[in-house]
Amino acid sequence: MNDELKHLSTRVTKGLMTRREFVGRAAALGVTAAVANSMLASSARAAGPVKGGSLRLGMSGGESTSSLDPALAASEVPIMNLRNLGDTLVNVNKDGTLDPRLAESFEASADATTWNFKIRQGVEFHDGKTLTAEDVMKTMERHSNEDSQSGALGIMRGIKSMKVDGDTFSVTLDGPNADLPYLMADYHLVIQADGGFDNPASGNGTGPYVVESDEPGVRHTYKKFANHWDETTGHVDEIEMVVLNDATARTAALQSGQVDIINRVEPKIADLLGRAPNLNVVSTAGAGHYVFIMHVDTAPFDNNELRLALKHAINRQEMVDKILRGYGSVGNDFPINAAYPLFDEVIPQREFDLEKAAEHYKKSGHDGSPIILRTADGAFPGAVDAAALFQQTAQAAGIPLEIKREPNDGYWSEVWNAQPFCASYWGGRPVQDQMYTTAYLSTADWNDTRFNNPEFDKILLEARGELDQTKRKEMYTKMAYMVRDEGGLILPMFNNFIEATTDKVGGYTGSPIGETMHGFAATRCWIEA
Amino acid sequence: MALPRHAAGLKHNGRSEVHPILKLVAQRLALGVLLLLAASVLIFAGTSILPGDVAQSILGQSATPEALENMRRELGLNEPAVSRYFSWLGGILQGDLGTALTNGRDIADSLGGRLKNTMFLAFWAAVISVPLAIFLGLLAVRYKDRWPDKLISAVTLTTISIPEFMIGYVLIYFVAIKWGMFSSVAIINDGMSLGDKLNAIAIPVMVLTLVVLAHMMRMTRAAILNVMQSAYVETAELKGLGMLKIIRKHAFPNAIAPIVNVVMLNLAYLVVGVVVVEVVFAYPGMGQYLVDHVSKRDVPVVQACGLIFAAVYIGLNLIADIVSILANPRLRHPK
Repeated sequence: MNDELKHLSTRVTKGLMTRREFVGRAAALGVTAAVANSMLASSARAAGPVKGGSLRLGMSGGESTSSLDPALAASEVPIMNLRNLGDTLVNVNKDGTLDPRLAESFEASADATTWNFKIRQGVEFHDGKTLTAEDVMKTMERHSNEDSQSGALGIMRGIKSMKVDGDTFSVTLDGPNADLPYLMADYHLVIQADGGFDNPASGNGTGPYVVESDEPGVRHTYKKFANHWDETTGHVDEIEMVVLNDATARTAALQSGQVDIINRVEPKIADLLGRAPNLNVVSTAGAGHYVFIMHVDTAPFDNNELRLALKHAINRQEMVDKILRGYGSVGNDFPINAAYPLFDEVIPQREFDLEKAAEHYKKSGHDGSPIILRTADGAFPGAVDAAALFQQTAQAAGIPLEIKREPNDGYWSEVWNAQPFCASYWGGRPVQDQMYTTAYLSTADWNDTRFNNPEFDKILLEARGELDQTKRKEMYTKMAYMVRDEGGLILPMFNNFIEATTDKVGGYTGSPIGETMHGFAATRCWIEA
Repeated sequence: MALPRHAAGLKHNGRSEVHPILKLVAQRLALGVLLLLAASVLIFAGTSILPGDVAQSILGQSATPEALENMRRELGLNEPAVSRYFSWLGGILQGDLGTALTNGRDIADSLGGRLKNTMFLAFWAAVISVPLAIFLGLLAVRYKDRWPDKLISAVTLTTISIPEFMIGYVLIYFVAIKWGMFSSVAIINDGMSLGDKLNAIAIPVMVLTLVVLAHMMRMTRAAILNVMQSAYVETAELKGLGMLKIIRKHAFPNAIAPIVNVVMLNLAYLVVGVVVVEVVFAYPGMGQYLVDHVSKRDVPVVQACGLIFAAVYIGLNLIADIVSILANPRLRHPK
């Protein structure tokens, strides 16, 4: 019983449980409120970062094909590698505010077309070289020049010119963008010495940890970098990340104490795992979402009545309950939720309504030929089941939805963004502008719904330069309605990030922007003494 | 009494007898090389007709068209497949496996480490499973149709029938989590001592042993029982020899050929077919390495892995053939 209480009180200190809940549980175990409160006090004293020790993470999302080249990072393990070994100009905090890192400060010109980043002094690379604004510019060049293969190429495209003046790095844009610092927080853009031109995968960064061994798809180990500029990160002396892509292997490694933190806990076992006395399951509402996408320029999806029929025929709550097991929230057919700044809470929720669906379907005048929805296990976890649920409810509304199951292999090049109706997912972006620019602007590369609304494009570009936040919020609300009521996006659910740690781990707080604390789990957590 | 007779045969026929074996081995080796070439063409063709594009597979869902085009250009994917194949083959003949398309690493380096790990796991699994299977097979013959025979068959047939990942999960649950005995993660690295490594691979070795046991055990049993029907064994029985001695001296040498064949088949499986076990235990062997690169369409790596796998198969079969021929003089005189 004592162990149970101790476990509960550490959960309170970690913010996983409220004080009131704790006193309630303690009472259930036969402890008076006074004793319970004093226990809490002693547990809180022990809180706060502990330096030293080693942290072991069992991670999904690593391949033997990956490298330490920041431009090529696309999955969870490579992203965390970059967080460990490097720094970006700024970070996005979990509340959506900005945290200046290698840029000590930054400011925009009045029209938000020129941004100046003052580069922090006295920052050292692992090889001993001192960071200069020149390194920053070269890094940005490598991600944006014409030979670039960088995943950040899309967000670098609006840059017209860059220059360095002393310790200031200036960016001039094609048009105004009030969100540029958020784009600079992209994980690809860790600053490398000389921009990493000579050896992009060297792992020589300014981050709190130095690469010790690098076996892609197997294991990455790090040692603390003694000369890191920021004392508040990098608590443990050593990090070991092992790649455990198999969900059962990951869970077993955590249960048998071989790792301290795992990511991507399967929703169906999250409750069970959380009941184990020495483990904590951390579920974080995020901006990531699972979607069914229609090409609005391809028959029969070019008919908005048919799109509305399908949007009304999906049972969102059932999907959250059955596919996510409650670890998520319902979507409203536009890609923004409360995880974003300037989100409008009052946009009415679209409900599951078979009558309305049938009505819209009738109005669409669809000839009754089968509507093919393509899906695959790899589209998102549970995508095949979700499609089956969708098919059931659509058929109840008289819509002839048919499922075509595709192989995982090649899904992202052959089906997604190629076929007119398929299942897919999106990770979140830190700001609304970036999400809409990435996938809903008519000229966007990944406009996977072929959404094309000149009015929408115009407001999006205007909102970029709008520094008055109230006006900006109104603009985003207008855009949300356009996507919700006319777009090709069916967004039934936002998925939570579910991760688990042992009791020994301190400082674990999920981030809505990305999983495993937005990749910072290894550099921000500590091992309790 | 089989062995002395072989020796006598060899001596009697002199050179003309030895020569056919060398010739046979040379023939097999040449055939093996041809087979390897054919396998490389097949693998290349296979990876070329897979749906999906290398650049897209590498850069993922969120790659821009420019980034994809830049990557294709750098990887030389705009060249025709045939010329890519031959330039790769030229490299191999000079001992250069090339670099991985995906992360630019030297394939020989990365593959070498993985191959070593695969061999390490296969070696220990074989060291335990082969003698155990043969011993159990002999035991089953000795107590044919009595309870030890039935028990051995029942247990080994059960373990071969259960999917290997399932055996893996069950063993992880009991051995690693409940009893806390061995590690559930089998990641090994050069910094570990042999003891640490053996501790890490203990559960995967158990799984592999359970998976390959039945096949070898049943074949040993069947081959020896087959020989036991023959007249010379009956003679030996009538001479009054003990059962175990008959098996050891008369039946076993004559049953070697089929047993060696099935052992080699299982050894080949332990090297090339254990990707599921590698995934379950996160073991850094060749299977997982190959699968990762297939899904990214990294053709040079897939080719290199394919060649090694093919070479292992061909090599082990070659050994099985030679051992069979040496053990059974009748095979030296093809009709």
